[in-house]
Amino acid sequence: MAGNSEPLSPRAKLAVTAGKAAAAVSRAAGKGSGSVIGGKVALRFDPDLLARLAHHLDVVLVSATNGKTTTTRLLAEALRAGGPVVSNALGANMPAGITSALAGGSDARYGVIEVDEKYLAGVARDVSPKAIALLNLSRDQLDRAAETRMLAEKWREGLAGSDAIIIANADDPLITWAASSSPTVVWVAGGQSWKDDAWSCPSCGGVLQRPSDDWYCGECGFRRPTPTWALHGDHVIDPHGVAWPIQLQLPGRANKSNAAMSTAVAAAAFGIDPKVALERMYKVQAVAGRYDVVSYRQRELRLLLAKNPAGWLETFSLIDGPPTPVILSVNARGADGTDTSWLWDVDYTRLAGHPILVLGDRKLDLAVRLEVAGLRFRVCADLEEAVGAAPPGRIEAIANYTAFQDLRRKVGN
Amino acid sequence: MSDSSLRLVWVYPDLLSTYGDQGNVLVVERRAQQRRVPVSRVDVRSDQAIPTSGDIYLIGGGEDRPQRLAAERLRRDGGLERAVANGAIVFSVCAGYQILGHEFVNDLGRPEPGLGLLDVVSVRGEGERCVGDVLADIDPQLGLPPLTGFENHQGVTHLGPSARPLARTRIGKGNGTGDGTEGAFNETVFGTYMHGPVMARNPQIADLLIKLALDVNALPPVDDQWYEALRAERIAAASQPA
Ligand SMILES: [Zn+2]
Repeated sequence: MAGNSEPLSPRAKLAVTAGKAAAAVSRAAGKGSGSVIGGKVALRFDPDLLARLAHHLDVVLVSATNGKTTTTRLLAEALRAGGPVVSNALGANMPAGITSALAGGSDARYGVIEVDEKYLAGVARDVSPKAIALLNLSRDQLDRAAETRMLAEKWREGLAGSDAIIIANADDPLITWAASSSPTVVWVAGGQSWKDDAWSCPSCGGVLQRPSDDWYCGECGFRRPTPTWALHGDHVIDPHGVAWPIQLQLPGRANKSNAAMSTAVAAAAFGIDPKVALERMYKVQAVAGRYDVVSYRQRELRLLLAKNPAGWLETFSLIDGPPTPVILSVNARGADGTDTSWLWDVDYTRLAGHPILVLGDRKLDLAVRLEVAGLRFRVCADLEEAVGAAPPGRIEAIANYTAFQDLRRKVGN
Repeated sequence: MSDSSLRLVWVYPDLLSTYGDQGNVLVVERRAQQRRVPVSRVDVRSDQAIPTSGDIYLIGGGEDRPQRLAAERLRRDGGLERAVANGAIVFSVCAGYQILGHEFVNDLGRPEPGLGLLDVVSVRGEGERCVGDVLADIDPQLGLPPLTGFENHQGVTHLGPSARPLARTRIGKGNGTGDGTEGAFNETVFGTYMHGPVMARNPQIADLLIKLALDVNALPPVDDQWYEALRAERIAAASQPA
């Protein structure tokens, strides 16, 4: 069905109007885009608004610990081949932000929605999605996050009765556990670089055996399902064995995986040709400032967001080799999680040979971490000092969430 | 010690390595190497036997179900008790600390037997989860500067007569008993609720373990400027909560 052929109820209309008014006030007060406050006000007027707004759309939900914003963006581009898309492209991924995004897309055919891991089951219940893409689960925000296995368990319970086509990464045992209670699953071999949250069988607690790319539990028999789609180097292999080249402007293996998942969703759930989907994904240059290359004081800063050990691992694999300088910036404000212990789960020895420049509220935690890793580094007072310490040319700047926002603000991006 | 190398054993990283506590292994390893002490490190997964010939065993924090699985497998294995009987040093954090006691409350809400290597019993706290920076004074017997760490736990640990509190809190909850104690220790076995990881913020604890294992009174100094800067910052931060 294309567009909103049924009008919204008066109550829903009022809610959308109230939400837009609140968003406008919030914007006028200089408090960002106002999308979340708008969504909150609208949901208060009409708690069923999310369901109503989604009713006219073919919705796909995207959730994961890492890569959900990028995948949402890639998938939105792919689905535009089939019609107008509404999407929470800026990563406002809780119900209020999602409501606000959908309220702005009355002419859309597709809704491509990034959902915070904690809200996935609830949003899936509300919006009756046609498809759900599940990419990966790993440790994140140690001081307040639910256990990753508990999260997988909640997904499993919440998605058990879903009519949606689940597109799931078969290389991630927790994702497999979450998806395997669903009636319709398309398994994708999307890869998994970070394995340290997946040594324990999500079903029985046995130790998982992981010979090469396979995995299985020797105790209960829970094992990797046979994928019908696969990321293989620079190609995504479809169920007929056809290899489609993945060409992206976004760097790194993780984004190839995001593209492979997006291709599988577009083709399996929406009938979009992989070639068309992939060509459209190529257009994406940056996602909410991530991967953007910004000129700053005669240097080219590439801005990279890494929020947790799995994210840092993927990021180290995509940066330019030595002697390219690397800026590392870490904060521990509310949105980052206030515990910095996770730094010790990141293998910083991968940065050996790079000049390392350290920034952020928690630069001293990083300094001790790097000292213990036996690396040379320089602790800098601010970005100017760090940039000044690097020769003109490319600098890779890796930061966690609020540190990344600080960097963007600093370089005017 | 049969030779001059220091054997570190990292217990069950597949289950008890969720909160960055492998940093403790890295710090001990690094500080031994800086003193030119040859070090070997063995990571023992929970389907492998615990070697009994290690000098220092480190156990980290973990989530509730992995904690129960770790306790079950350690009890079945018996290697850690034998190592302690042989005089090995054990340093444990959070979930690992609880496992070394007589009993803790498992993920199913039932009492789970521990290894009884520390005279402590842990229960589930009724109040809010303890999360935040901690500042505490370490037992003077150990001759160490103040303890700084990050706590994140629901457990409450009661000490029996043969365990001494590792520290007395100035800021933070520690054992959660309301009497200001944090952690526990006896001659060779240590437990704490402190993450951070604790050795990164308190390298003197790493040195203490190395000295105990090598049976020496002193170690050559190393450059501690970054540790000291971090300690000063975290102690100041704990003293003035946001
Ligand atoms: Zn199993």
